[in-house]
Amino acid sequence: MNAASDPGPALLEVRGLSKSFGTLRALQEVDFTLRHGEIHALLGENGAGKSTLIKAVTGVFPRDAGIVRLGGAEVAPRSAKAAVDAGIATVYQEVNLLQNLSVAQNLYLGRQPTRFGLVREAEMRRRATELLAEFDLHIDVAEPLGNYSVAVQHIAAIARAVDQSARVLILDEPTASLDRHEVEILFAVMRKLAARGIGVIFVTHFLDQVYEICDRITVLRNGRLIGERTTAELPRIELIRMMLGRELAETTSERAAAQARQVGEICARFEDYGKAGYVAPFNLALRRGEVVGLAGLLGSGRSETARLVFGAERADSGSAAVEGRPVRLQSPRDAVAHGFGYCPEERKTDGIIADLTVRENIVLALQAKRGLSKPLSRAEQDEIAMRFIRMLDIRPPEPERPIGLLSGGNQQKVLLARWLATAPRLLVLDEPTRGIDVGAHAEIIRLIRELCDNGLALLVISSELDEIVTYSDRVIVLRDRSHIDELEGEAVDVSNILAAIAAGTTGAEAGQA
Amino acid sequence: MMPSIMQRLLQTRGLAQIIALLAILAIDRAVSPQFFDLRMQDGRLFGSLIDVLNRGAPVALLSLGMVLVIATRGIDLSVGAVMAISGAIAASLADAYGLPVALAAALGAGLLCGLWNGFLVAVLGIQPIVATLILMVAGRGVAQLITEGRIVTFTAPDLVWLGNGAVLGVPTPVAVVIGMLIITGAVVRGSALGLLIEATGGNARASELAGIGTRAMILAVYVWCGLCAALAGVIAAADIMGADANNAGLWLELDAILAVVIGGTSLFGGRFSLVLAMVGALIIQAMNTGILLSGYPPEFNLLVKAAVVLVVLLLQSPRFANAGAVLGRARQ
Amino acid sequence: MRLPPVAITAIVFVVGFALCTVQFPNFASTRVAANLLTDNAFLGIVATGMTFVIISGGIDLSVGSVIGFTTVFVALAIERLGVPPLVAFAAILLLCAAFGAAMGAIIHVFDMPPFIVTLAGMFLARGASFLMSTESTPITAPLYSTVSDFALRLPGGGRLTAIALIMLAVVAAGAVLLHFTRFGANVYALGGSRATTALMGIPVGSMTVRIYMLSSVLAGLAGIVFSFYTAAGYSLSAVGVELDSIAAVVIGGTLLTGGQGSVVGTLLGVLIQGLIQTYINFDGTLSSWWTKIVTGILLFAFIALQQAMLGIARRAGPRKAGVLKS
Repeated sequence: MNAASDPGPALLEVRGLSKSFGTLRALQEVDFTLRHGEIHALLGENGAGKSTLIKAVTGVFPRDAGIVRLGGAEVAPRSAKAAVDAGIATVYQEVNLLQNLSVAQNLYLGRQPTRFGLVREAEMRRRATELLAEFDLHIDVAEPLGNYSVAVQHIAAIARAVDQSARVLILDEPTASLDRHEVEILFAVMRKLAARGIGVIFVTHFLDQVYEICDRITVLRNGRLIGERTTAELPRIELIRMMLGRELAETTSERAAAQARQVGEICARFEDYGKAGYVAPFNLALRRGEVVGLAGLLGSGRSETARLVFGAERADSGSAAVEGRPVRLQSPRDAVAHGFGYCPEERKTDGIIADLTVRENIVLALQAKRGLSKPLSRAEQDEIAMRFIRMLDIRPPEPERPIGLLSGGNQQKVLLARWLATAPRLLVLDEPTRGIDVGAHAEIIRLIRELCDNGLALLVISSELDEIVTYSDRVIVLRDRSHIDELEGEAVDVSNILAAIAAGTTGAEAGQA
Repeated sequence: MMPSIMQRLLQTRGLAQIIALLAILAIDRAVSPQFFDLRMQDGRLFGSLIDVLNRGAPVALLSLGMVLVIATRGIDLSVGAVMAISGAIAASLADAYGLPVALAAALGAGLLCGLWNGFLVAVLGIQPIVATLILMVAGRGVAQLITEGRIVTFTAPDLVWLGNGAVLGVPTPVAVVIGMLIITGAVVRGSALGLLIEATGGNARASELAGIGTRAMILAVYVWCGLCAALAGVIAAADIMGADANNAGLWLELDAILAVVIGGTSLFGGRFSLVLAMVGALIIQAMNTGILLSGYPPEFNLLVKAAVVLVVLLLQSPRFANAGAVLGRARQ
Repeated sequence: MRLPPVAITAIVFVVGFALCTVQFPNFASTRVAANLLTDNAFLGIVATGMTFVIISGGIDLSVGSVIGFTTVFVALAIERLGVPPLVAFAAILLLCAAFGAAMGAIIHVFDMPPFIVTLAGMFLARGASFLMSTESTPITAPLYSTVSDFALRLPGGGRLTAIALIMLAVVAAGAVLLHFTRFGANVYALGGSRATTALMGIPVGSMTVRIYMLSSVLAGLAGIVFSFYTAAGYSLSAVGVELDSIAAVVIGGTLLTGGQGSVVGTLLGVLIQGLIQTYINFDGTLSSWWTKIVTGILLFAFIALQQAMLGIARRAGPRKAGVLKS
């Protein structure tokens, strides 16, 4: 399918890989080809299937269908350990080494040089020092790994993998917490490895870095392969379109509905609101009955903005006001008291309480808001639960079922119900349609529209640009943790958002002009 | 099909515990034909069954506090030591100052101990098992400091009554347990506390984001646990009309944890049941009494307890449940 | 500025010893020092095993009961059954190894908290020793008098007894095993992160089994030493020793959540507890419960210190150490 112009012998070939979790199809017949000595970017938004692909290839998850060939021979590792033995090593963003052990022990754990059963500490350190020197890293290998910067830890992890004769090296977001200088060091290491013939898969959300170092690019979206291109032949805006957009024609008719809407008074306002190293100070005013979309690539500061607004993270600059009165948002509790609600991106870890029933999950925020001494009676709880189960069409319509047993889409609806029960003035939705099958997806979007028709202010984050364009009155574009542009009315369309993301600062200037 | 039947039984909340209790009582009846006999004497009920309730009272009180702590995904190892402290205080003050002062001082000490544990866990963020270990080690020393290493005896009749008297024919300790169960139940289920505790234990991050003050919640359950332990200590001291700082409440924290776990509350937090924790405490005491009645040495108890811990935990272990499910599927 | 916890332990011990010497001029003698080692020999041995368990991220509540069981087993085997002492020792150590292995296997296979599994082990071992005998059985075998008579005379009148020597040997062997072997490195690795250790190809299951086996075997050895010390087997002996040994490990600078610590620190932790006891004996007016209170205070101090260090490390993030030459 991807017959490239210069097909050197493929090092790693993935053909027709599929993987489902329950009803959710996380990967659908994905092909991927890695050649000897190339650095290959694997791109896509959260939920596009990058992690699933990596984990299915390295045996962390069993795969439903498809084959993987390494150097022409079929491999099917059943654990990450087996994948390493086969020659495929992965270095995750959360470095999978041990912070409490010395650098040398980390490099040689389980294979330390020994004599008479005793570890030859000096020999091990000598070897470790030599090994790291190959990567131009000159450090005291006797120090605990945790004492060193993340960059050093990444290089140590790479060194361990390479020393265990890895032929394919997968780097999952290695540069997310590195500064510019450290990134350059890491890139030098990657180039060196590529020169040795090792194939490097580079997962990142920094497009600049992709253009700086990668030979080819594979883009995934919603578990499907969107395309494989040579970096040099792929303009940046085209790449972003591959990652975020669909066809423009699909959405134009939908826009009309959003534009016809009436918006009301400002109900929440943030001025110079920000936190150093987290999100640059921004101005944001939210009106009743208005949907404001936050658009940008992964890591651009979308979720961070949401967490600041909801008090899950404390701002260190600027001020917030609700209905014109200044307020302090020190914790989610404060935000809830002021009528805010927040459906987080990570539904399972930050949203649902899996053991509790649908009813209990629905009434939770309302109960927390009312306080301990004003418990909702069981009859009130039942009434609230049934009302929202009917209103949002939650299935199965059984309030006493543990929420953990529901599908992702229905869990999301329960979380929406949790906040709607508190009659909020502002609702923040972070990726409300993530990991939800197509039917429920459309329903959630319909709900978002209805909610704002009822006078609720909504701040919605989504990686699906056409989705954001469908329901947003205004779209704020983020890049590199700052709000760089704002599109309103006619200007809200996919190509304008793409242009703003791709152009960065120029887009912001255009917006201000 | 065995696993699926067993699982279904376990899913019916409390059924397994009630059946276990009934089975143990039946065994007790088998080894001692007079087991269910009751008689009234001096306005107080007597009999083996009453004895089970009476002797089980301290552990039942401890489990009442412990079950809330465990529901928040915590644990309190210090309750035995807190019992020793409160018993020592009550015994030392009762003769000179009377019951109200002695009781207030003892319960106040329990409150402080709970506050200390809660502070370490909720504010300093120390792991519960580590945090409460400190008081477990030092608490017994403090109790001995209060009694100066002696066994402090007292004669104050109202304190003696607390251990040996009766309310409407029911031994006072049993009445106290019933009273505390009602109070705890009313506080926890009558307010929203129960729901918020279960949410906090089930998923602390999500609860925080739903606007629940999880720290205050955690602090509160440790305070309540300290209070229950202090009450248990006073009753244990009243029962023997003296405080023995060395042995009062020794290893009872383990019995209380066991009672909670038997009562179906997971050590990983979340769902809890006050009543089933009481049933758990009764199961433990019914086993103790049964072994005593059957003429086995009381030490035999520990072996039975070890077996019970293992069986209950295996049944709760997710891996065991998975293995059962796989087995069940394979047979179908 | 960055003092390792074990250095703080050493300072506490030295300062404590100096304070005792200032108050009681005849404190600083080889006699006191040797007695400190003899009286705490069994605790030193069992705490060495506990150090491995805690560094690996676990806990072993069964050790006190295992000591009690061992003393009864040994006493009955020698006195009632006439088994030669050395054969009895071999048998009990094998039994302990099997016991520890079983606990480790349950912890690993069923993914259960070590705290609760070893709690069951604690009940089991104590109950079994009660079943064997509830009375104290004196041991009169000739080996026992030989061992208790043996001592290295130190200048100044101190007697370094056989059991003190056994303890020192165990601590030394434990230190070598923990700090200079692959096994030891794996113990630290497990305490750092079980999941990562497994990813790095270390057989986590067999490590867990072996660590609890080691702890139980050392508890058995501590039981044998305890029977030398008291020349008797008693099912109620060593009640609460699990707490003393956990306290010794933590005061010795080992992180109770695993991943950091040392055997030498544990020895110092044991000696600090012994020092408090000795001080109380010298003083004569103070009572033994001060040992528990002071131990509790030290426990809190070390736990709070470690928590503070963790907090500082988290806030500061990883240090940008190391020269990066590109």
